[in-house]
Amino acid sequence: MSYDSKIAIHVEDIHKEFILPQSKNSSFKEAAVNIVKKNNKVTQKTLDGVSFDIQRGDFFGIVGRNGSGKSTLLKLIAGVYTPTAGEIVVSGGLTPFIELGVGFNPELSGRDNIYLNGALLGFTRKQMSEMYEEIVDFAELGPFMDQKLKNYSSGMQVRLAFSIAIKAKNDILIFDEVLAVGDEAFQRKCLDVFERYKAEGQTVILVTHDMETVRKFCTKALLLESGKILELGHPHEVAQIYSELNLGEIEREMIRKSSGSSDNYLGLKVEYKDKDDESSVKFKNGEIIRMLFNYKKSELYQHLVINIYKQSGEHISGFRVAGESGSAEVHLRALLQKGKYYTLVQAVNNQHEAVGDVFIGPDFIITTDKAVGVKGWSGLVPLDYNIIKS
Amino acid sequence: MKYLNVKNRAILREMVVTDFKVRYQGSVLGYVWSLLKPLLLFAVLYILFTYIAPIGKGVPHYGVELLVGIVLWNFFSETTMVGASSVVANGELIRKISIPRYLVVIASSVSALINLSLSFIIIVIFAFANGVTFSASWLLLPLIVIELFVFSVGIAFILATAYVKYRDVTYIWEVVLQAGFYASAVIVPMSVVPKQLHDWFFMNPLVQMIQDARNLLVPSANNITIWNTVDKIPFKLVPFLLIALLCIIGFIYFKRQSKYFAEDI
Repeated sequence: MSYDSKIAIHVEDIHKEFILPQSKNSSFKEAAVNIVKKNNKVTQKTLDGVSFDIQRGDFFGIVGRNGSGKSTLLKLIAGVYTPTAGEIVVSGGLTPFIELGVGFNPELSGRDNIYLNGALLGFTRKQMSEMYEEIVDFAELGPFMDQKLKNYSSGMQVRLAFSIAIKAKNDILIFDEVLAVGDEAFQRKCLDVFERYKAEGQTVILVTHDMETVRKFCTKALLLESGKILELGHPHEVAQIYSELNLGEIEREMIRKSSGSSDNYLGLKVEYKDKDDESSVKFKNGEIIRMLFNYKKSELYQHLVINIYKQSGEHISGFRVAGESGSAEVHLRALLQKGKYYTLVQAVNNQHEAVGDVFIGPDFIITTDKAVGVKGWSGLVPLDYNIIKS
Repeated sequence: MKYLNVKNRAILREMVVTDFKVRYQGSVLGYVWSLLKPLLLFAVLYILFTYIAPIGKGVPHYGVELLVGIVLWNFFSETTMVGASSVVANGELIRKISIPRYLVVIASSVSALINLSLSFIIIVIFAFANGVTFSASWLLLPLIVIELFVFSVGIAFILATAYVKYRDVTYIWEVVLQAGFYASAVIVPMSVVPKQLHDWFFMNPLVQMIQDARNLLVPSANNITIWNTVDKIPFKLVPFLLIALLCIIGFIYFKRQSKYFAEDI
């Protein structure tokens, strides 16, 4: 198989499931008991169909809330875990560590630890000797190299580890939450290094919770949520969505309520379903989105006007459903560019006058640019919709 | 060569060096203990079986033969025992970095192999002191070492893999080793073992190796080996087939499971 030479890491439809510890056998006795009982293993889907490419020279940010699958994804890329399904192709050397100072031995001297850590990162003794001075200088630990690591302060250990990591580097670097450790001076140093990497076009994968860093350094970013890609693309957008996510559901509800008039006079519930009748907010370009609207029957309004907007505010399309039926189902062929969209629902009377305030429906996301299931279409086109029931 | 390329050799080297530096941390004699341990066991057994319960009486150079047996046995038990827990003991590494997993098992056996080589120097000195003269057959001894290494590592791979999932492994293996020590003709000379049992004893690869090593070291003692005692060809092949089989099982089992070590540990 040949891949674009500009692609450093190709991740295709990765799934990762873990067997939860309580259902795992850890002794022969349990194993024997479970053979008899025909134990059902409890698995947890940590990653569920994640695909993306990292180009050479990308400063690629991975963000997501705790438990969203970031670390698992990183470990899969680093080759520590094996995917349950899917494929990862890494072209070029990858510094395969997830944490700084892996394999550090407290009983060894700082010097020995440099060689040990270097070997684990894929460098021979000779190669390490060549960069030894630089590493020690950068860590500012010259006088301490013959002392045992256990006598180092934790800050000194981190400095040493970071120095090795940035000197003994490969084509692709992975950093997981490095900025969370170390004091301010160390963090500034990290940022300087990132700056240099960005200028040099070094391929870097960075996992962080700090959106400032993402905005400042990343050329591309990925937002994971419950093991799926919620957003992939421009770091500013990703950072924005991540921050919104972190506002929490409560605040989202508040935005919704204040934009609908007092107490959601429509009693509106909006739900999106895919072709398998599963509730979803993620769709591929060209896929049919089944939009389900439920609302109160009322004589105050005769129609509901449903408008679809892009996150950036562009109006995409709109349609009208009957107000007296109490529910509507609209099938929308989502020939839409990749990105985030939302619906605005407005009740109108027969004179086409607005009744009450605008209600903001939930967001949905189009995950691909290339349309599926439709030949000859791509990009932004007029929407094709079917009002199934109104 | 994919398996032992420059990078992997560098890792192996650092692991072995680290092990040497760290293992006897804080002890006065340090590394000497690695050699002293089997020697002290030897001293105890030698006194026991030449003066108190003299089963070694009548065996020429019983001391040398006992020492060879103990050194080879010691390598086997050290490699399998340390190897069994090597993956779990290096869990931190395995969970965080994608170095080839077999390296941690190999690293533990290389340390033992270095000990074994140094022990052979002691054996040679002891042999000379005991009046054994040099013979060309000594040059074949490395073959036995290679065979023993392959056998021990093969078992270590099986145990290390099983230990990740089942922590009972090391307890069971300890008992097996204890029984094996007496079943492997380390102390009891084969000449004392009833002749009709020889076919069965020599199915144990360790008996074959220990007896061959003794015979190579002291050819004049006319040791009983698989070659001069076991008549039927199939019986002659058993220890070698067993080694091959265990190695293949170990390799496949380890390769299949090692993908999931990081999450199973």
